[in-house]
Amino acid sequence: MNKQRLIVIGNGMVGHHLVEQLIAHNATEHYEIVVFGEERHRAYDRVHLSEYFGGRDAQSLAMCDADFYAANGVELRLHEAIARIDRDANRVVSDQGSYAYDRLVLATGSYPFVPPIPGGDRANCLVYRTLDDLDAIRAAAVNANTGVVVGGGLLGLEAANALRGLDLDTAVVEFAPRLMPMQVDTEGGELLREKIEDLGVQVLTGRATREIVDGEASFHRMVFQDDKVLETDLIVFSAGIRPRDALARDCRLEVGERGGVVIDDKCLTSDPAILAIGEVALWNDSIFGLVAPGYQMAKVALATLTEGEETFRGADMSTKLKLMGVDVGAIGDAHGDRSPGARMFRYLDEIKQQYRKLVVSSDGKKLLGAMLVGDNGYYDTLMQYYSNGLELPADPASLILPGSDGVPTLGPDALPESASICSCHNVTKGAICASIDAGAGDLGAVKADTKASTGCGGCAALLKNVVDSELEARGVEVDQSICEHFAHTRQALYSIVRVEGIRTFSELIGKHGQGLGCDICKPAVASILASCFNEPITDAAHVPLQDTNDTFMANMQKNGTYSVVPRVPGGEITPDKLIVLGRVGEKYGLYTKVTGGQRIDLFGARLEDLPSIWGELLDAGFETGHAYAKSLRTVKSCVGSTWCRYGVADSVGMAIQLENRYKGLRSPHKLKLAVSGCTRECAEAQSKDVGVIATENGWNLYVCGNGGMRPRHAELFATDLDDATLVKYIDRFLMFYVRTADRLQRTSVWRENLEGGLDYLKAVVIDDSLGLGAELEAQMRTVIDNYECEWAGALSDPDKLKRFRSFVNDRRPDPDIIVTEERGQLRPA
Amino acid sequence: MNAATAIDNDVTWQPLCRTADLVAHSGVAAWLETADGPAQVALFFLPAADRSASTPSKLDDRPHEIYAVDNHDPFSGANVIARGIVGDIGGEPVIASPLYKQHFRLGDGRCVEKPEVGLRCWPVKLDGDRVMIAA
Repeated sequence: MNKQRLIVIGNGMVGHHLVEQLIAHNATEHYEIVVFGEERHRAYDRVHLSEYFGGRDAQSLAMCDADFYAANGVELRLHEAIARIDRDANRVVSDQGSYAYDRLVLATGSYPFVPPIPGGDRANCLVYRTLDDLDAIRAAAVNANTGVVVGGGLLGLEAANALRGLDLDTAVVEFAPRLMPMQVDTEGGELLREKIEDLGVQVLTGRATREIVDGEASFHRMVFQDDKVLETDLIVFSAGIRPRDALARDCRLEVGERGGVVIDDKCLTSDPAILAIGEVALWNDSIFGLVAPGYQMAKVALATLTEGEETFRGADMSTKLKLMGVDVGAIGDAHGDRSPGARMFRYLDEIKQQYRKLVVSSDGKKLLGAMLVGDNGYYDTLMQYYSNGLELPADPASLILPGSDGVPTLGPDALPESASICSCHNVTKGAICASIDAGAGDLGAVKADTKASTGCGGCAALLKNVVDSELEARGVEVDQSICEHFAHTRQALYSIVRVEGIRTFSELIGKHGQGLGCDICKPAVASILASCFNEPITDAAHVPLQDTNDTFMANMQKNGTYSVVPRVPGGEITPDKLIVLGRVGEKYGLYTKVTGGQRIDLFGARLEDLPSIWGELLDAGFETGHAYAKSLRTVKSCVGSTWCRYGVADSVGMAIQLENRYKGLRSPHKLKLAVSGCTRECAEAQSKDVGVIATENGWNLYVCGNGGMRPRHAELFATDLDDATLVKYIDRFLMFYVRTADRLQRTSVWRENLEGGLDYLKAVVIDDSLGLGAELEAQMRTVIDNYECEWAGALSDPDKLKRFRSFVNDRRPDPDIIVTEERGQLRPA
Repeated sequence: MNAATAIDNDVTWQPLCRTADLVAHSGVAAWLETADGPAQVALFFLPAADRSASTPSKLDDRPHEIYAVDNHDPFSGANVIARGIVGDIGGEPVIASPLYKQHFRLGDGRCVEKPEVGLRCWPVKLDGDRVMIAA
């Protein structure tokens, strides 16, 4: 059988997607395919174009391997622009030749619109669309200090970010009265402006540029309608896109009034031999300027070319973006101006700079649209309500109010089969289930099979949830083994240790694991053993399990020396003890710094000096501070009612009591507590794993907060507690965490993954719903009763002290540790 | 040192330290003088497995093992390898650097994450209560 020749003009994301689909469906058996690309580069990811200035190169942005086309028998002719289409002869013509076609696909995309401004064609007036454009911008930026982007839409802000990345003082000039007028309303636009301006980008809205002339201080001077001027060295136009339909116009294919090649539901143009897809195509008077609808058109074109049945039915233009680090999302009828009778909910937080709007049907039951500025965390759930027509909760506002408990987040189970998970590749939950049923056994296999989450990647978290949930529903054990030596989770190992009373690593790995262990399972098991039995970690059986910090009971620094942090409960320290710390620091040449946990860190201690340093500290009444351990670190406090005129309770006293109670408690990760003496909260208790705040009637207890890398506000757990109840709840809470958390999982993440959330946690701890209360308290009692200062234990045992030698066969210290002086103290050279 | 030097299969063994200096399933550092100058050696001792363990695995039948590699960590530049955690990857004994956690194979010193980087290795053996090294 003679093959027909299929020519694809355009090698952008959509044109490439079509070829990929043709290959995947063996259309190469019927077609000899030739692809023309005008650019030098083969198809690349234009959605992530801005990353080109962030270090990604053309190679890493490419949509496929260099030999993908050739390996699949497709001819790719790059850097060859088609000049015209001869429909009478069924040929396309370039400056290099003339090529016959049987079927032709136009995937020529769009070009950036440059407003007809006098002077708009001056040097250093550029556009932002292709890799070559970016190269030109980069080259022009070398001699520029300032840059202006004309256009404050999606691409304009991306271009502005690119200019910022090139270290230019950047401004955005938008004709409309606000930024991103298509996606956001006046309130959202204002917030967006504030956020963009906070990043140091000047924003000028409602400005029409009249002309561009020579500048005085800079290369250009932009003159606006109101005679105001702005000088800049470099101008990038990003004022919208227009379909590249010139080839179609020239050969008299039907085009729309405002451009675009008219297509029908099968992506056929007015000439049935010719199809058009992507941003050049005009369907039902609409151009679709997103990649997802383009991919859908490519799928339809595939069907049309292979006698399939698919039709294009329009596409959802909902989108979520991160522009210059600012989240913006728009779903459906985000402005609410296309839905008569629609009702709206709006939430505006000018402090956190967040804005959310819901557009719901007049009966309040269906979501018609939504708008998000500042936090796209709400997008996925809202999108599922919107795209699946799910009935809204009784109070729809709960969907956009911050941190309200009991928000009906949609679990993967609640989604119907038809729910779209990945809109780029149009993958439904049903397709994911089918893929799993056909043998895809993990996330990677599902991605490879369905292509879900390989477009913009915005659905990655949702996809993982769906895959995990479906695998679990099929009884597939999602592999949560802690490492290759134990086919168990940390929680399972914990239960094994408790139930079987296992007291050493070698016994555990002998009975339930294999091999020697590793740097993942050994410290995890050491922590479990310590949480259960609290035997000294310096015992021979436990020593090889510890990270170096636990082994030497100090924190290793980058040059191999250690830092030493004695415990200072509640941050309260006598002048005498302060003097001791100063003397020790002076004697051993230590760098001293006050920590965030209200104690003093002594840096630069040599391994062989640690025992004598600790000898002096113990003599002065100090204990180890466990700064090296996954365990209780500090209980921070404000000075409280003993001194402060606002304090309502003795926060220091309570902090000391709690710190002495829980010191030495080994846990899945470090624990930080704080106690504030009044509602002014000077101890910042709401950023701690456990926070206590004094009230007129007792103590309010907060749990599961975190500072650091992923800050999380602690949640109010119980109010107006007396001392005994407070301690009881904290005992139960901490021990329940120790039992059930993953390795290296802070309370905040543990809480977020806890099924049933805060209510469940309250039920377990306060209402004792699992009947575990007494057991948790008893276990805490064991840990407390078995506490001993590890340093005191080590110093009284010559065998343990043998480890604190730089060399077992030589008394010299490590000669390679070299220090230098800075600001009157020593630091690594 | 010369008095104790012995010749064994064309390799010159010299005593390095006592077996009592070793820490089972863990590491210690020793100072070594060689013809090319001094070196810091990290010694790791994996005693023969406890045969009473109920589920035997493929590593259970091995005899005492002792390894000597550089104490110098090529990634951090600090002399800390002896203070890492000993384990195995796919049955092959490795040491994890305590600073940035790269793994080095004890058998040949290769870094698992970056095979172009490696630690020097020395032949080492137990001789009575002495640890002997060939250098």
